[in-house]
Amino acid sequence: MGETSVNFAKASTTALQDPQLRANFRRAMDGLMSKRAVQFADSREWNAVRALGASVRLRALSKLPELLEKLEANCTRNGIRVHWASTTDEANAIVLSIMQRVNAKLVVKGKSMVSEEMHLNAFLEQHGIESLESDLGEYIVQLDEAMPSHIIMPAIHMNTKQIAHLFKQKIKDAEYTEDVAQLTDLARRILRKKFAAADVGISGVNMAVAETGTLCLVENEGNGRMSTTVPPVHIAVMGLEKVVEKLEDVPPVISLLTRSATAQPITTYVNMISSPRKDGEKDGPREIHLVILDNGRSAIYADEELRNTLRCIRCGACMNHCPVYTKVGGHAYEAPYPGPIGSILVPQMEGLGKRGELPHACTMCNACVEICPVKIPIVEIMGRLRAEAVHPGDAVKGAGARASKAEAMVWKGWSMTYASPLAYRFATGLLAKLGNAAPTSLPLLKEWTNVRAKPRFARRTLHDLAREKGIPDV
Amino acid sequence: MSEARPTDSRNAILGKLRAGRDAHPLTPPESDFTVLRDKRWAPSERLDRIKTMMEAVHTEFLETTEADWPTAVQDFLKAQGTRTLLYGTATEAGQRIAAAWADGGPDLVPYDGPVETFKERLFDGIDAGITTTLGAIADTGSLIVWPTPEEPRLMSLVPHMHVALLHADQLYDTFWQAMTENRWADGMPTNALLISGPSKTADIEQTLAYGVHGPKRLVVVVIR
Repeated sequence: MGETSVNFAKASTTALQDPQLRANFRRAMDGLMSKRAVQFADSREWNAVRALGASVRLRALSKLPELLEKLEANCTRNGIRVHWASTTDEANAIVLSIMQRVNAKLVVKGKSMVSEEMHLNAFLEQHGIESLESDLGEYIVQLDEAMPSHIIMPAIHMNTKQIAHLFKQKIKDAEYTEDVAQLTDLARRILRKKFAAADVGISGVNMAVAETGTLCLVENEGNGRMSTTVPPVHIAVMGLEKVVEKLEDVPPVISLLTRSATAQPITTYVNMISSPRKDGEKDGPREIHLVILDNGRSAIYADEELRNTLRCIRCGACMNHCPVYTKVGGHAYEAPYPGPIGSILVPQMEGLGKRGELPHACTMCNACVEICPVKIPIVEIMGRLRAEAVHPGDAVKGAGARASKAEAMVWKGWSMTYASPLAYRFATGLLAKLGNAAPTSLPLLKEWTNVRAKPRFARRTLHDLAREKGIPDV
Repeated sequence: MSEARPTDSRNAILGKLRAGRDAHPLTPPESDFTVLRDKRWAPSERLDRIKTMMEAVHTEFLETTEADWPTAVQDFLKAQGTRTLLYGTATEAGQRIAAAWADGGPDLVPYDGPVETFKERLFDGIDAGITTTLGAIADTGSLIVWPTPEEPRLMSLVPHMHVALLHADQLYDTFWQAMTENRWADGMPTNALLISGPSKTADIEQTLAYGVHGPKRLVVVVIR
């Protein structure tokens, strides 16, 4: 493959040794899980609204090309300019060309995971444009020059003390305080000036409605409304799977999204944008651009099973419930999307050569599948990607990149041994006699004994003991 | 970086999606909206539920009548020490306010020009903004707000306090009911909003803090 693979094993080992990080995640995830459970306490309602949500997403996927064309037509009719980008480079270039045309120097951003996928902030900075995150969590992460560690709560890896130190260190004239209200107010004062001064606002899209050409955004802070209302130009970036067919499809998906994500019956704001400022209107952007990004999604869509990855509504519940994510945290994944959904989405986007390790960051416990509000078979896809990684093929980028002759031979030997009674008896007999003498440093065995005790072999095999009791060999 | 060619990308993306779908068509299950259709509250329960849900996220309520509300609003704001109130002059509500407003504050500030002409004042010199609503939703405790040329979008966002007028007979069970009964899909406005409380965040260690970017206070004036 020639690509350098990202080392999840190494990063997660480091994360596991950070007690503060583990405590921060443990506390946050426990809270989120129990609060979410309260929101869906009525199992009849949960089953019904979940089935409805899944049907909305599947219906959208069943007509995806037609709905995207309809979205484009209706947005265009409403005055929203639609752009298409096959790659993140193209999407960045589109955003930059709009910025350069309006001579933009300062951008305020609402939360957008697609813009993380694009590494948009770094890209804009290279071109001399200040790009400021305005969601409080994203703002904290940006001050810290880090990546979000969770798709809903970007700064969840930090506690108040750490944020207090960060503000003191990075914000001019900031006094040290651990009072959350005061920290929040400080960010408010700084960011309101920026909203008023910004040339362009950038946002993501939670859902785009094909029927009406409407962009829906949910948020609690008001920074999303600020970013999409105050600056003269608004650019929305979305993954191409975010379309739904009808306006009436929005309420069930929002209900599942906000309850699953943060255990709220609804967010403070549901912001539905259908057009730029019309004649006579006194505020709102004069231009709205919608950038529809592919970045590997059309390839995911081509496979009947993997396509289910695109149902995702980005609620983050799978991370909150994942025994791996809650222990290693989001940064170990080194990806815009961590946790279970990231472990199936990122390898498909970036290739199994670079990301083939991620589908193994899973115990297959099924917790994510049980709480997924749109019923994505995450664990099945995880298994499929593990197989794709060792079998050359063209369903997934980088398929076969992790194929190993040694591993293939071991499996072949295992299968032959189990297919032949003679070979099986010989092998188990040999292990009973010599297994305990094998040094822990043997290749392959070392992978196991590095972190676990070597199993002790019994002196006599089960077959041997059974024979003694008078049970004959078949 | 190569120059992005939007038309090529558009056709390539749609072509790939079409080929992928046509090779493996997908039959989705029926969308059964019964779960939303059946969410109902007795008319007498709706307002109580709205109040309970919105108060849980720090919304304040003021009860008044059709005849008295402008005076009730002024008395309330005066007691809060509000110095300036942004309002829309051209709405019926705005005209009622202007007619009933007595001396002694707060000062009425009309939103009567494009935002570019008074952005600085809007961000720095306005304590409160008052808007009408199209009703409220019992299921989630949400106000329905459609900004208009007379009541622009930033009135309910930038001032530190948002005062929202709610007629007690304009209550819906669910968001879904409000949008289907009123046929929103036939013509969406520039911006449609659900507002369910003052601005808030829990981004610092899951600790709730109110008034992060939008209004610090939301006051719902219930008019009977």
